[in-house]
This record gives sequence, structure tokens and C-alpha cells, in this order.
Amino acid sequence: MAIIDEQLPDLQVNIGNLLLKNPVLTASGTFGYGREYQAYVNLSNLGGIVVKGISLEPRPGNLPPRIVETACGMLNAIGLENVGLKRFIAEKMPFLRDCGTQVLANILGDSVEEYCILAERLSEIDGLAGLEVNISCPNVKMGGVAFGTNPQMAYELIAALRGRSHLPLIVKLSPNVTDITKIAQAVADAGCDAVSLINTLLGMAIDIRSRRPRLANIVGGLSGPAIKPVALRMVWQVAKAVKIPVIGIGGISSAEDAIEFLLAGATAIQVGTANFVNPQVSVEIVAGISQYLQESGEANVRNIIGSLVIS
Amino acid sequence: MLREIGRLIRRDLLTEDILRLTFIAPKIAAVADPGQFVMLRIGKSHDPLLRRPFSIHQTPGDNSIQLLIKVVGKGTQMLAEWSVGQDVDLVGPLGKGFRIEGPEPFCLVGGGMGIVPLLFLAKKVLQKFPLLRLPVFLGARSANELNFLAEGFNEPGVDLYIATDDGSLGSHGLITELLANQFGAKPGGLRVAACGPYPMLKSLAALCRRLDWPCEVSLETVMACGIGACLGCAVPKINQKGYAHICTDGPVFDAEDVRWR
Ligand SMILES: Cc1cc2nc3c(=O)[nH]c(=O)nc-3n(C[C@H](O)[C@H](O)[C@H](O)COP(=O)(O)OP(=O)(O)OC[C@H]3O[C@@H](n4cnc5c(N)ncnc54)[C@H](O)[C@@H]3O)c2cc1C
Ligand SMILES: Cc1cc2nc3c(=O)[nH]c(=O)nc-3n(C[C@H](O)[C@H](O)[C@H](O)COP(=O)(O)O)c2cc1C
Ligand code: FES
Repeated sequence: MAIIDEQLPDLQVNIGNLLLKNPVLTASGTFGYGREYQAYVNLSNLGGIVVKGISLEPRPGNLPPRIVETACGMLNAIGLENVGLKRFIAEKMPFLRDCGTQVLANILGDSVEEYCILAERLSEIDGLAGLEVNISCPNVKMGGVAFGTNPQMAYELIAALRGRSHLPLIVKLSPNVTDITKIAQAVADAGCDAVSLINTLLGMAIDIRSRRPRLANIVGGLSGPAIKPVALRMVWQVAKAVKIPVIGIGGISSAEDAIEFLLAGATAIQVGTANFVNPQVSVEIVAGISQYLQESGEANVRNIIGSLVIS
Repeated sequence: MLREIGRLIRRDLLTEDILRLTFIAPKIAAVADPGQFVMLRIGKSHDPLLRRPFSIHQTPGDNSIQLLIKVVGKGTQMLAEWSVGQDVDLVGPLGKGFRIEGPEPFCLVGGGMGIVPLLFLAKKVLQKFPLLRLPVFLGARSANELNFLAEGFNEPGVDLYIATDDGSLGSHGLITELLANQFGAKPGGLRVAACGPYPMLKSLAALCRRLDWPCEVSLETVMACGIGACLGCAVPKINQKGYAHICTDGPVFDAEDVRWR
């Protein structure tokens, strides 16, 4: 019997020197430390995993309620609950090292010094493919968000980090700014390898019966399909403004959504909230991108990146 | 822990706002334990977006799971409109259920919709210890509600005690008071497994602490993922800094480990 060997499209992309087998990563804070999804997803089919944000010391997180659903999205104010650097290395890395895909650590500090210590320590261990520097968390007081809204501070932080780590550095940007391209240019000038965007949009919900905010933290970060058009617009603007690769994040729930971001100029994408809705969506998106490429006669995913047609 | 596409095979409207849905879902049914829950996707659209958590009521025929659902908002309202034959996207069974051990004196306490997981528990306990007498205390607002929630508990082995807030069925008053009256003075003690509204669980925990009875309670919260990834389902831990997560550390907790507020 003849076997028709259909040539599968090439899905590999590069983020600086970081080679991904496909452009689909999972977003920080929505995929735990990978293990939580092991029962649902063959992790080695993913382009990569970005783990929950790590701080130098463990953080307990915010008071509950921490989440509330809103129209086509959700607000969260988790408050960076995480096990801290030491336990991350001791307890989470052994599994991640052997999970069959690239693992990126998302880091967050209160000061340049804290970010630098995190980057140094994580660069010394085996098994990490890169660092995603969170300068955009809206849910903790110091939250890095000061770094994410001020181009000068962002530049200084990334320049300092550049000198302390050989790992690919991806800077995760906040959408809660007037002009996101200014921050993107600043961190690109400081020498990072890529930018990822967007983190959540600051939002709020009120229970009109009790007249209280629905989140104990009062405000929280909006994510999910509701933010996709905003994210897509920002990715398109940033991709035009910087020369380094852009990773698109925000409301991606299907291969079609992911392809929109690739067309707008993203080299890779991250899937966030959609993992909660369908724990298998990340690998379904990989398959869907491959199918789209086949149907459009493209042998290579890189051919469609930034191929938006504007007449 | 798996994702299974099941099918709705039966739909009963028990009261004007409580429905019973039975789904064929053999993989989940085969491994489910009492106290565990499923995350059910309401529809394919983005609104409502997140799955909703529901306790497993029982596993009829061992290849299906039955849920008992109270209509309280948008998602549950949409479930009330489902029709037989429809596919359902389930993730489960999730969480840590009730401990089933020893043939030591054991007792179940349920209030309102908290009765839901206790039927599954009662059946499993009696299956394992056929000679056991199992006292089951059920409370609800009124006879109308309780009649349906208590359906299925007429098993040999179950001693049913009933209380309603309005006295329309069983004794008049709180189920915790009935429990204290019936067993509070008995020597030897009891182990309690409970699910219900927070104030009921809180006063039950206080009662059990006073009588030195071990007590397990099933807690609720809003959930996004149900699998330990979002960290949204936090409850404060006692004696320790930080939070436990209801979806993975619970929903069933030792009452002594809960920081009651
Ligand atoms: C482990 C677990 C087991 C559960 N088992 C059952 C069950 O067997 N039967 C049943 O009817 N319900 C159960 N629930 C509650 C059920 O998940 C909610 O009632 C449901 O998610 C509400 O969805 P909705 O879209 O209709 O309401 P929404 O429109 O989302 O909200 C309506 C109202 O319900 C409240 N609410 C929303 N989610 C929850 C929640 N998870 N817990 C408590 N209140 C909530 C909201 O604060 C709001 O006041 C369980 C919850 C958990 C966490
Ligand atoms: C519950 C939750 C927790 C998150 N935690 C983090 C985090 O620790 N670090 C971070 O950089 N982003 C975090 N994010 C933001 C996501 O990584 C992502 O940028 C955002 O949710 C937008 O993508 P989405 O719409 O696909 O979810 C979190 C998002 C959610 C919903
Ligand atoms: S619901 Fe997401 S961690 Fe519990």
C-alpha cells in the first residue's frame, strides 16, 4: 500500500537564539508549572511553557475573592502567589527539565537588584531556555509595573539584566500605558531579545447589591477573548516599531486567533486564559496553525509572520 | 483527571430551580470518588467563558455521572435549557474527596445544595461497609426543596434525620442542633463528613471541636481552572502562612485546617 507522505509545514521559529519547535507557548500564570496540564496535554507538542511568575521570596498572594468572570473574559488579582526562587528550583525544575519542550521562567522583582539576583540564579541552573521579565503585573503594589510604565526605568532595568544573564531575555509589556511602542523601543535598545505583549488590562467589577467591589483587591487584570482586539492592535504597532521578535498574547483561544497575531507581526504567541476553558487548547492551536498553512500552500510558518496585507 | 466529551441522557426538573442532569461519561465515572467535582463547559461561545464546578451526585450504572444543579445565574440558567442527546464537555474528576476509612462510627451532614455530594458518599460507604448503620442529617429551607434533595437516601443502612428552616418537614430548626441533640451526649464519638452553606459548616466545625469529633467539610468558591493552575480559588490556611487551593487541596478539608471567618 502506498503511503502518501504529505509534507507537514515547518513550524519552527526563532526568538533570538532560542529555537522553538512551533510558535505556541503557554502564558505565565495560566499553565501552572506545566505539571498541572500533564494529564491533558502532551507537553512536548508545545513550542514552550512560560511558568508562573517567580519572585525572590515566596509570596502568599492576595486575599480572596481573587477572580471574577466578566463578559467574554475574567478579572484576576492573584497577587503573584508563588513558591519563590528556592522552591521553584528545588521542586518545579526537575519536572520541567524533562518535559520535552522549552521552558521559560517569568520573573518579577521589587527592585533592579531583585530582578538581577533572580536572573543570575536562574541562569546558573540547567534546563531553562530563557527568561521572561515581567515589568507589567497590575496586581501587586510594587509589581514591576513602575518599570513597565516608564521607558527610562525600563531601559535601566533591562540594561542591568542584560549584563547578568546569557539567557534569551524576553520583556513582558503592560498595555496600561499611553504608548506601548515607547516602552518596547526602550527595552529593545537596552538589549533584550524579544518583547511579549500584552499582560492584563487593569479593570474592575462591582456587585451592585452589596455595593462592594467583586475582587478583594478592588481592581484586577482583565484577560480572555474580551482583550484580543486591543492586544492585536498593540502587537501590530510594536512589531512595526522594533526590530526584535514580538510574542503576541491576549485572548487567543483558537488557531484562527493565533494566526491573526502572526499576520500582525508576532513571531510566536502565548495562550493564557483559554487554557482554563479548554485544557487542551494549546496543542489544538498548534495543529490548527499547521492545517492553515497546508490549506494556504505555505511550507513554512515564517512566511506568514507579518504578512498582513494593507492596500 | 481527564477531559471527556459526554452526552446528556436524562434531564429532570426537580423544582422550579433545581435540575438533575445525567451524562454518559464512562471514563470519569470509573475513577470518581465522593466529594470530587467536574468542571462543565456551558457552551462553545465566549460568554459565559469559564467552566462551572459541580459536585458529582452519583454515578448511576457506573458509566454515567449525575449532577444536581441549582439555577443561580447565567451559566446555570443556560444549563436548564439543555436538551437530552446534547454533548457535554467535562473535565474531571477533580479535587480531593472525602476520606472513606474504618468501619468506625461515621455520620454525614448536608445542608441545601450541599446534600448533593453526600449521596455518592453514602453509597460508597455502605458498599464498603455493608453492615454499618450510617446516620445522615439533611437540612434545607423547606419540605419542597428537601424532598428532592433527599431522594435516593432511602438505602438500607441509612438512618435519615431531617430538619427544615420552616418546620415543613422533619424537625424545625438547624441541622447542627438536631445532630447535637441526637448524638451530642453519646459516648464514643463520631466522625463527621459535611457539605453545605458556610454558616452551617462553621457552626458544625465548632460543635465537632467542642465534642472532639473529627470533621471533614467540603468548601466552595469561584473557580477559573479547577486544576491548580490559576490560583484563584484560595482559602486562608490555619497555623500557616498563605493559602490552600480549594480545587486541588480540597474541596474537602479537615475542619480544623480551615480558618473560619
Ligand atoms: C467544588 C464545587 C462544587 C459545587 N457543586 C455544586 C452542585 O453540586 N450543585 C450546584 O448547583 N452548584 C454547585 N456549585 C456551585 C456552582 O458552581 C455555582 O452555582 C455556579 O458556578 C454558578 O454559575 P452561574 O453562571 O449560574 O452563576 P454566576 O452568574 O456565575 O453567579 C451567580 C451567583 O452565584 C455565585 N456563585 C458563582 N459561582 C459560585 C461558586 N462556585 N460557588 C458559590 N457561589 C457561586 C455568584 O457569586 C453569584 O452570586 C459548586 C461549586 C464548587 C466550587
Ligand atoms: C490567573 C492569571 C494569572 C496570571 N499570572 C501572571 C504572572 O504571574 N506573570 C505574568 O507575567 N502574567 C500573568 N498573567 C497574564 C497572562 O500571562 C497573559 O498575559 C494575560 O492573561 C493575557 O492573555 P490571555 O487573554 O490569553 O489570558 C496571568 C493571567 C491570569 C488570567
Ligand atoms: S480554580 Fe484555578 S487553581 Fe483552583
